[in-house]
Amino acid sequence: MRVMAQMGMVMNLDKCIGCHTCSVTCKQAWTNRAGTEYVWFNNVETRPGQGYPRRYEDQETWKGGWTLTHRGNLRLKAGGRVQKLLGIFASPVQPKLADYYEPWTYDYQTLIEAPLGDDFPVARPKSLITGENTKITWSANWDDNLGGSSAMGHLDPIVAKLNASVRRESEEKVRFELEKTFMFYLPRICEHCLNPSCMASCPSGAIYKREEDGIVLVDQDRCRGWRQCITGCPYKKIYFNHKSGKAEKCTFCYPRVEVGLPTVCSETCVGRLRYLGLFLYDANRVTAAAATPDEGDLYEAQLDLLLDPSDPEVVAAARRDGIPDDWMDAARRSPVYALAKTYRVALPLHPEYRTMPMVWYVPPLSPIVDVLSSQGHDAEDRTVLFGAIEALRIPVDYLAELFTAGRTDIITGVLQKLAAMRAYMRDVSLGRDGDPAIPEAVGMSEETLYEMYRLMAIAKYADRYVIPTAHVERAHELEEIGCSLDFDEGPGMYESGPFGEASGRPAPVAVETFNALKQRQTSDTAISTSPSGALTGRVNLLNWDGNGAPPGLFPGRTDGDAP
Amino acid sequence: MSTFLWGVLPYLCVASLVGGTIWRYRYDKFGWTTRSSQLYESRLLRIGSPLFHFGILLVFVGHVGGLVIPESWTEAVGVSEGLYHFNALLFGGLAGLCTLVGILILVYRRRTTGPVFMATTKNDKLMYVLLGAAIVLGLWTTLVSVAAGSEAHNYRETVSPWFRSVFLLSPDVSAMAAAPVQFHVHAIVGMLLFALWPFTRLVHAFTAPLHYLFRPYIVYRSRDGGTSGNRSSRPGWSGVGTSDRDRRP
Repeated sequence: MRVMAQMGMVMNLDKCIGCHTCSVTCKQAWTNRAGTEYVWFNNVETRPGQGYPRRYEDQETWKGGWTLTHRGNLRLKAGGRVQKLLGIFASPVQPKLADYYEPWTYDYQTLIEAPLGDDFPVARPKSLITGENTKITWSANWDDNLGGSSAMGHLDPIVAKLNASVRRESEEKVRFELEKTFMFYLPRICEHCLNPSCMASCPSGAIYKREEDGIVLVDQDRCRGWRQCITGCPYKKIYFNHKSGKAEKCTFCYPRVEVGLPTVCSETCVGRLRYLGLFLYDANRVTAAAATPDEGDLYEAQLDLLLDPSDPEVVAAARRDGIPDDWMDAARRSPVYALAKTYRVALPLHPEYRTMPMVWYVPPLSPIVDVLSSQGHDAEDRTVLFGAIEALRIPVDYLAELFTAGRTDIITGVLQKLAAMRAYMRDVSLGRDGDPAIPEAVGMSEETLYEMYRLMAIAKYADRYVIPTAHVERAHELEEIGCSLDFDEGPGMYESGPFGEASGRPAPVAVETFNALKQRQTSDTAISTSPSGALTGRVNLLNWDGNGAPPGLFPGRTDGDAP
Repeated sequence: MSTFLWGVLPYLCVASLVGGTIWRYRYDKFGWTTRSSQLYESRLLRIGSPLFHFGILLVFVGHVGGLVIPESWTEAVGVSEGLYHFNALLFGGLAGLCTLVGILILVYRRRTTGPVFMATTKNDKLMYVLLGAAIVLGLWTTLVSVAAGSEAHNYRETVSPWFRSVFLLSPDVSAMAAAPVQFHVHAIVGMLLFALWPFTRLVHAFTAPLHYLFRPYIVYRSRDGGTSGNRSSRPGWSGVGTSDRDRRP
């Protein structure tokens, strides 16, 4: 046994309202730069839907993840090492910008500077890639809320698969008529897999997994832009920065996590649906688990990798392997471990890719509840709910394709637990005695069901995020040490190298973000350079700390103006 | 003049190549990339890029064979001058043609695809001119040789000894000076290309990822880059928990 710690996330999909706050704050924090305009480390997809990039789940096309050879060994779906190197000059399977979308902005300047005329000036969309006028035809969430799904819903790879497997006439296809369909939101970040295929695809060895917390990162100094990781990742969560020529990915907000703060997407989540905590796993068994012959068993194999932090044997092994005691304590209080392993309600996304993803999802009961309430049933009654979980095959089949490689029994089990929690807690909150038969029906005790309710429904901040900090004695190593001229706005700071804007030593993350924010917030060129000059010197109030009056707070006095 | 071209310039270029590469590697690892434009355009790239790259790899092998291996060695294993030249012209010509067609497709793509053209720097343009010139001039020497038939100039008695003598630190200027003009021009452009190499995107060739064939699939790295806890590990290369551990050299 070799115990390693892994920062993990669980998302409770029932709570996701699809507001995209996580995406927007993530973009603001991480990908609001040239070269990453089209990049969303966090995106929210409406399912059924094609996802972002389009149809990324169709691995027969995109060749992401792992497959098994006929001898039962793991092999990259895009090919072995020699095959990958031979294809390096023009990556054979590579999403084009059109598969993501062409990022754009609007020509707002026209609104301000257009000459007086009969027509209202309009802000035309401009491509952020070419700078030309563009026609907006797609984006990262174009099919949000099932938009256009009556025409394009069948392009969802899972829908296609389900519809193709309908054999008899009597079996139902996935329908997209408003009253017959279902939907839910699926927020996605990098899965920080235990067996990452992006890492295995990287010719340079630039992608690595941190020993301490399992966060998967790209070493920007070693990445050479061979682009194989983009093919390798089945979730298409590695992006090519087309300005710097390097791969970029979700960082699990490591600078925040190291000091005990939740990731930006978690912190800003309106529905409070994200949980952060530690998993302990046995690193020596990862490959064997990922090579489980039957896809349907991969979920169980992945659960088996997770070690019980209360088990004395595990504790001893963890101590031997150098996991600090406070991390062990955090592992014992870990909400993600509780949801994934103790209550078994969180499931990995697409275990059949064999990457052992570490962002888990509590499948939504809402598609079923919605149908029941729209038909006038009592959606909190246990018998009604249980019956519906059995009867409403299509949502269950769909969820099974997402989370359990097609095993509907596992999905049904999880949904029944959620239904039981709902039914049991209704009695309790209405002041009646809880019905012990309800937890018993799903194999839980009343106490565990209540604890699960506390974690999932009350979901206090301190319960959702149990993040052990990086150790103080290592703090110095975490600093981004630079030369003495690298102080803020010093001569060594924030210059481009001689080979274009991507070259030269990278600015430390903190400084780069700080400067970018400052530039954006304080630059007001459209106004300050306006020919009339009337509005020059305006100050951005968002940057004003309230002390004194910064220059330009008030417009300058013009001659002859009485005070 | 000959002394400068064949006795001094080679060392200036080597100094620029080696010194420049070391400097760039230390100073600008972040800028060390292929700067791929496949995201913008894939169709032409899928034809042009492999054609160019495989072609130029063959051309490189051919140059090593022609410049480094002395004529006496090949004769010792029974390869006559005529047979050698026939092979060199045939395969060298084919490889050169592939390279030329490849680079023409790539340059055409670069010029006509808006986003790719926008991502092209002045540095790139200069590099393309030198690289294209070196390829064209190389093919010119081949064509002249083909046209001359059996009368073709045997560069292995002039250019190759000079090339080797440069690395032996006693440049044989007179040997090179005796070569026809097309070889002179090709060699000068080639030297300039290598002098410029470290300062262009061409550096990606120096980090050709051959070690991919031997590295473990899963890379663990400690946050502090050294050891953590009581474990000892080599940064980036502790193949924990995978069968790849056995591959670790």
